[in-house]
Amino acid sequence: MSTNNHLDYLDELEAEAIYILREVAGQFEKPALLFSGGKDSITLVRLAEKAFRPGKFPFPLVHIDTGHNFIETIDYRDRMIERLGEKLIIGHVQDSINEGKVVEQKGKNASRNALQTVTLLDTIAKHQFDACIGGARRDEEKARAKERIFSVRDEFGQWDPKRQRPELWNLYNGKIHKGENVRVFPISNWTELDVWNYIRREKIELPSIYFAHERDCITRNGQLMAASPFLNMDEEDVVERRNVRFRTVGDMTCTAAVESYAYQIDDIINEISESKISERGARMDDKVSEAAMEDRKKGGYF
Amino acid sequence: MDILKFITAGSVDDGKSTLIGRLLYDSEAILADQLEALHASNRKNDDGTIDLAILTDGLKAEREQGITIDVAYKYFNTDKRKFIIADAPGHIQYTRNMVTGASNAGLAIILIDARKGVIEQTIRHSFLVSLLGIPQVVVCINKMDMLDYNEEAYNQIVNNYKALAEKVELNNVKFIPVSALKGDNIVHSSINMPWYKGESLLDYLENVDIKVDNSAAHARLPVQWVIRPQTDELHDYRGYAGRVASGSFRVNDPVTVLPSGFTSSIAKIEQLDADPVEASTGMSVTIHLADDIDISRGDLLVNSAEQPQVAQLIEADLCWMDTRPLDSTHTYLVQHNSKVTRCRISEVLYKVNINTLEKQYDEEFKLNDIGRIVIKTADALAFDPYQKNKANGGAIIIDSRTNVTVGALMLRSAVD
Repeated sequence: MSTNNHLDYLDELEAEAIYILREVAGQFEKPALLFSGGKDSITLVRLAEKAFRPGKFPFPLVHIDTGHNFIETIDYRDRMIERLGEKLIIGHVQDSINEGKVVEQKGKNASRNALQTVTLLDTIAKHQFDACIGGARRDEEKARAKERIFSVRDEFGQWDPKRQRPELWNLYNGKIHKGENVRVFPISNWTELDVWNYIRREKIELPSIYFAHERDCITRNGQLMAASPFLNMDEEDVVERRNVRFRTVGDMTCTAAVESYAYQIDDIINEISESKISERGARMDDKVSEAAMEDRKKGGYF
Repeated sequence: MDILKFITAGSVDDGKSTLIGRLLYDSEAILADQLEALHASNRKNDDGTIDLAILTDGLKAEREQGITIDVAYKYFNTDKRKFIIADAPGHIQYTRNMVTGASNAGLAIILIDARKGVIEQTIRHSFLVSLLGIPQVVVCINKMDMLDYNEEAYNQIVNNYKALAEKVELNNVKFIPVSALKGDNIVHSSINMPWYKGESLLDYLENVDIKVDNSAAHARLPVQWVIRPQTDELHDYRGYAGRVASGSFRVNDPVTVLPSGFTSSIAKIEQLDADPVEASTGMSVTIHLADDIDISRGDLLVNSAEQPQVAQLIEADLCWMDTRPLDSTHTYLVQHNSKVTRCRISEVLYKVNINTLEKQYDEEFKLNDIGRIVIKTADALAFDPYQKNKANGGAIIIDSRTNVTVGALMLRSAVD
């Protein structure tokens, strides 16, 4: 029976993302999938299974490890790699620090988040990756809203918003010069809610920190941060036991928690549907300035 | 729930950003922290209300210049539909950006300032919408508040536009009188224009029919990747991975591989968790054929019943997108679906002055120029005329010196 209906929106987003992943496989010599342990890159992994099984992934997974991860994320990552039977490459920010390429930030709000860029670029150079697949979405913030699905970076990893290639229909131009690479964003057109609905539909397991749990927290700049050895704390910081969950999974020093009693995925979807704060509102590093993301992207950030 | 992608054509002066801002604001698609930033901004309208245009401003450079340079994508949804807005700039120097945004749109909103009526840029935008084959068009006649919501003025513009629509061959045009600034007929029906009996813009967007051609005859699937696990248990496994560009494939359908012309039939359609009997437009699948034939990335699987044209000399419409003009002596690359081959523009038939629609014959092809050309390709392309089947009729030109996408092609017909 031939129908004239459009695909359901999740089916359409999924099909588009699979298409993009296969374009990466077809167009590049040495692609990689940047895996953060967050829900967006976990979604990418599921999409890669849909794109390439029963074959192997035509790329390794790459994790840029700040060393300040939530332990739950690392556990999850290692179990996932075991299940997939795919290759994982880890770039350690600690190595970049030891090699003197970056200097650890000082002070109360010190974070390794910004240092990741150097480790990422080094990892790309070392393995000569020509394409890096990432889980960024255009709805996350204004600079991303204009970024291409195939986003060319120069040999310094820089994104030049004014020199972006026109991207027409579903024709992605992955041609690059030696030393350049392309960041590819298969879920560009997904919103946060789309990702959650997809995770629910596909019954994808997530790291436990996405769900409500009790945790020692402190309040910094009006945001709840997980108390950890990585956070520079002083006597002004009051540690409190709170019921929280995390909406993004990043470095422990810059990922804020939200007070939550959402223990199940349905609760989370309800919470987001009625949410009063956007996802990136819960990231301290984006709050610094309105144009923070644009500046960091120009510098080679994911 | 399905997805509607639409483009907004108009310029800052027409209130385009305000219109999008109003759609997002009144449909409650804005989150609290973004709302907070909006209220905190210094930019206000003359009457002190919030400037909703801020919601669509993107890059720093653009904020400084107060114009939209690049295509920005915005997302919102209602209970009925998920919407993706391609917000493209309207000035003539950004024609390529509008062409880019229009290439994926299922609907176009053309914005007209009621005080100005149908002007040069309206002609340009309408021509581009037609050229890019956007199936649905809604003309929003904006700033009705500045004309005291006058019905006659509105009707006058509608009549003028209908004449233009005929000239540029636009069908399915819908008209709505609006004030993006005041919110009339954007999300809520206007109380200021009781003479307008139609639906608001959002009502229209939510209910407009998006037609998909799922006929077997138009089935096209560009092969992106060949899955060959080559393990002991999957020794002979050979699956052709791709996304159905148009039409629909079913198990046992006769298929032809282009450009080689080999024929076979569909043995199996695979997805990770299921083996559907049908792969319809837009689905990403893996196809298995009954016969063992040599197929690789760049090949096109089609239903044998109605085949595309296969040619090396093709007449096409071209939009030039690079600051360096077209060089007819240079060998470029053309990318059509998953196929990339070398090409040359062998003849420029004419250019179109997109403000007046007059043909021009004497000048070189520069940035933002549009016209008709003949392209010669090293390998044959298997294509359908763009106006008949967008999904298999669009192609891009890449300059092998810079690797930049320099042209958009709407393929028309093989040249004998």
